[in-house]
Amino acid sequence: MSRILFALLLFVCAAAARAAPDAALVRQLADADSDVKIAAIRELARSADPGALRILRAMSEDGLALAGERVLIVDGGKVFDAATGAPVEGAENAEPVTVNNRIRGELAGALAALQLFDPDPAARLESAQRLQSRPGAGMAPLIARALERESDARIKALLALAHAQVRLADADPAVRLAAVRALSGSSSPAVKNLLLPLTGQSGQSGESDSRVRYAAISAVKAIEGRLARAETIGRVFSGLSLGSILLLGALGLAITYGVMGIINMAHGELLMVGAYSAYAMQSFFRSHFPNAIDWYLPAAIPLAFFSAALIGVIMERTVIRWLYGRALETLLATWGLSLILIQSARALFGAQNVEVANPGWMSGGIEPIANLPLPWNRVIIIGFALCVLLLMWLLMNRTRLGMFVRAVTQNRAMAACVGVPTARVDTLAFALGAGVAGLGGLALSQISNVGPDMGQGYIVDAFMVVVLGGVGQLAGAAWAALGLGVVTKLLEGWSGAVIAKIAVLVFIIVFIQKRPQGLFALKGRAVD
Amino acid sequence: MNDSFVSRFVSRFVFHFLAAPGARQRFGLIVFLGVALLLVPALHLALPPENAFHVSTYAITLLGKIMCYAIVAVAMDLIWGYGGILSLGHGVFFALGGYAFGMYLMRQIGRDGSYHSDLPDFMVFLDWKELPWYWSGSEHFLWAALLAVAAPALVAFVFGYFAFRSRIKGVYFSIITQALTYAAMLLFFRNETGFGGNNGFTDFKRVLGYTITSPETRLVLFGVTAGVLAASFVLARALVASKFGRVLTAIRDAESRVMFIGYDPLWFKLFVWTLSAALCGVAGALYVPQVGIINPSEMSVANSIEIAVWVAVGGRGTLLGPIAGAFAVNLAKSWFTVSFPEYWLFFLGLLFIVVTLLLPQGLAGLWRTLRRPRAARGTKT
Repeated sequence: MSRILFALLLFVCAAAARAAPDAALVRQLADADSDVKIAAIRELARSADPGALRILRAMSEDGLALAGERVLIVDGGKVFDAATGAPVEGAENAEPVTVNNRIRGELAGALAALQLFDPDPAARLESAQRLQSRPGAGMAPLIARALERESDARIKALLALAHAQVRLADADPAVRLAAVRALSGSSSPAVKNLLLPLTGQSGQSGESDSRVRYAAISAVKAIEGRLARAETIGRVFSGLSLGSILLLGALGLAITYGVMGIINMAHGELLMVGAYSAYAMQSFFRSHFPNAIDWYLPAAIPLAFFSAALIGVIMERTVIRWLYGRALETLLATWGLSLILIQSARALFGAQNVEVANPGWMSGGIEPIANLPLPWNRVIIIGFALCVLLLMWLLMNRTRLGMFVRAVTQNRAMAACVGVPTARVDTLAFALGAGVAGLGGLALSQISNVGPDMGQGYIVDAFMVVVLGGVGQLAGAAWAALGLGVVTKLLEGWSGAVIAKIAVLVFIIVFIQKRPQGLFALKGRAVD
Repeated sequence: MNDSFVSRFVSRFVFHFLAAPGARQRFGLIVFLGVALLLVPALHLALPPENAFHVSTYAITLLGKIMCYAIVAVAMDLIWGYGGILSLGHGVFFALGGYAFGMYLMRQIGRDGSYHSDLPDFMVFLDWKELPWYWSGSEHFLWAALLAVAAPALVAFVFGYFAFRSRIKGVYFSIITQALTYAAMLLFFRNETGFGGNNGFTDFKRVLGYTITSPETRLVLFGVTAGVLAASFVLARALVASKFGRVLTAIRDAESRVMFIGYDPLWFKLFVWTLSAALCGVAGALYVPQVGIINPSEMSVANSIEIAVWVAVGGRGTLLGPIAGAFAVNLAKSWFTVSFPEYWLFFLGLLFIVVTLLLPQGLAGLWRTLRRPRAARGTKT
């Protein structure tokens, strides 16, 4: 109990001592010599107490005056004693303290440093940013003190950088060496840029002390390694993101092609239907539930699925049904359907792209390691694609419909013989494939333009996934989509987007030479 | 005596053209060439524009363009109608031929471009100092003409060799050809490829030294196109009537059985595939000077599929059908895009569906069905 009281007493004393800056020091602020003034400003800034902040702020606003030996703060009509903070009466003969430009610059730095102790985190952040971009000499102890008290991670990182920056300019090589060592654990490009001049490899003379220089060189190397790793991880992530989109586009195609052996060239337009469902739902929410606008996207999921599935059923019943066994004709007929769908979308929604906004909860992102920002919408789409894949897998492997679909895929005639209603299975499978395409379009609406032609861009890619993965194979489609996405993005880092795309297409053409059945061929014998 | 000899000779001649097997087609061919080489130029040059029978420049350009398309349709029909291989990448061969000849036309501009340089304008724009190696020789007409045939044929040969060797067929082959044209389009869109990027080649001034927009040059190009169309028709007819053509058709209908008999389908398919590509190249080379532009959108997926619909509309497995199909669809297209631009895609889409659902034999099949009852009646009486 007594120890706590003692500690409390100490704290109160310390606070009191801080609240009243040293009067002699304050007097120096009004000295005639600029150098003395500057020394005093530095000293006051280093003390980091609120009283000093008040005095320096007043000084920077030309509110400091000297009356005899007392320094006064003139704030409007009121006058205070600068050292004690007590109100002062009758200081008419006070002479304002002159502040020239050199002192003004010094004051700005000092105020920024003092702001590090502001209770408002925003002010602290601003101050830390200013310090980091132009740290003043002699600020190191102050920053170190602020660093100890800081709790916000972002401000802390900035302060650590500023601290090291100041110490790197220190005259003592040991201090510089310690600073370099402290920085070598970082993985930010800013730190790398800070250390680069020391290495003497970028044209400058470099650090004079060889130990510090070597430490800087190895630190830069370590940081570069970490940066490269973050970049590679970032590439793989964007590859997975592309792959998840390809997967959503190709899943439906894998089903329709696998089950019915037909190429649905209108598949891209089913994606478009899904994307426009998101747009329609967004407009509906805007006009009817503007408060719940963030939730239009979940509400659009069933709409996207069922509107695409409905169009799929209509397509199957009116056109595709009559063309079974004539794959090339189906290809042409579905191309015709796709043209009609595109033109219908133009007639309904206009030829221009429509704007589909991300809901609030999908904007922003996370940064699991430094320099690796992952946008939420991409993360959510990867998760969404995996969910759809899981649901499809359950549907195909755990339900009666799925069993029928698999039976028809493997052997249509035999399935019909044992009583599988193949015609209805065809319709349902086509509707399912179309519905999944609609879901894919919904996801696409969050990251790319929504327009009548949007489906055309995905159709070739989706086919490549199906061809690569093997026909009628969910696992094949999944691996092919994610693999293609990652490979494309890694190649893009090497050679640019177009060359990467061409390389991937060439790769697929060569791959088909070796394995015409795709990665995951159905085992069994077939004859044509 | 003499009189009867003459009359016998004449009647023999007439019989030869009108009644012997294939004679009607030969007659049609002569009429076609006569119209294209004599009547159209006469109507274009001799009649004033106000005259109702005057053939306008627009009409000549349009018909010339469609005749290029008709050559492509014949080429497509050889590989699809007779070989059973649906290519969704024929646009790439057409465009390669066009680009090859376009290089020559670009060189013919000389220093009359907007930068007054020896290099084509787009290269000046890219700050290139000299022509890339593959442009060497492109100032020679014969080399360009050879390239227009050889480049697509070579691409087709290499691609076809690998595809047919591993027995890729059906929709798989179609999709891979689609990927081929898509990849080529992306490649040609790049400025670094050296073919003008997005804009391709345009603003041609001369061909063989003659002003490219003069009526005489247009008519010559028109006539050459008509001649090439007639020649490719004759060539295709000779091909499908030969033993080679019979084997090709057999491969289309039952490839495994043909193999079991002892033929290797690879070389049959590869030959007709390469020939088809070369014909497309010629068509492309004729297309570019008449239309005055070639750009990568010729290689778009949609363009290549449209080629398939000309053939489907006309009737696969016949030779006149695809030509008629190319004319019908493209005339409809120019009419729609001028009068009802927003309905063209509806019409084209419906055309795809109606032809595949109701008219699997196309216009040629419709013509035969309409004629058959009459012929049947004829044999009864």
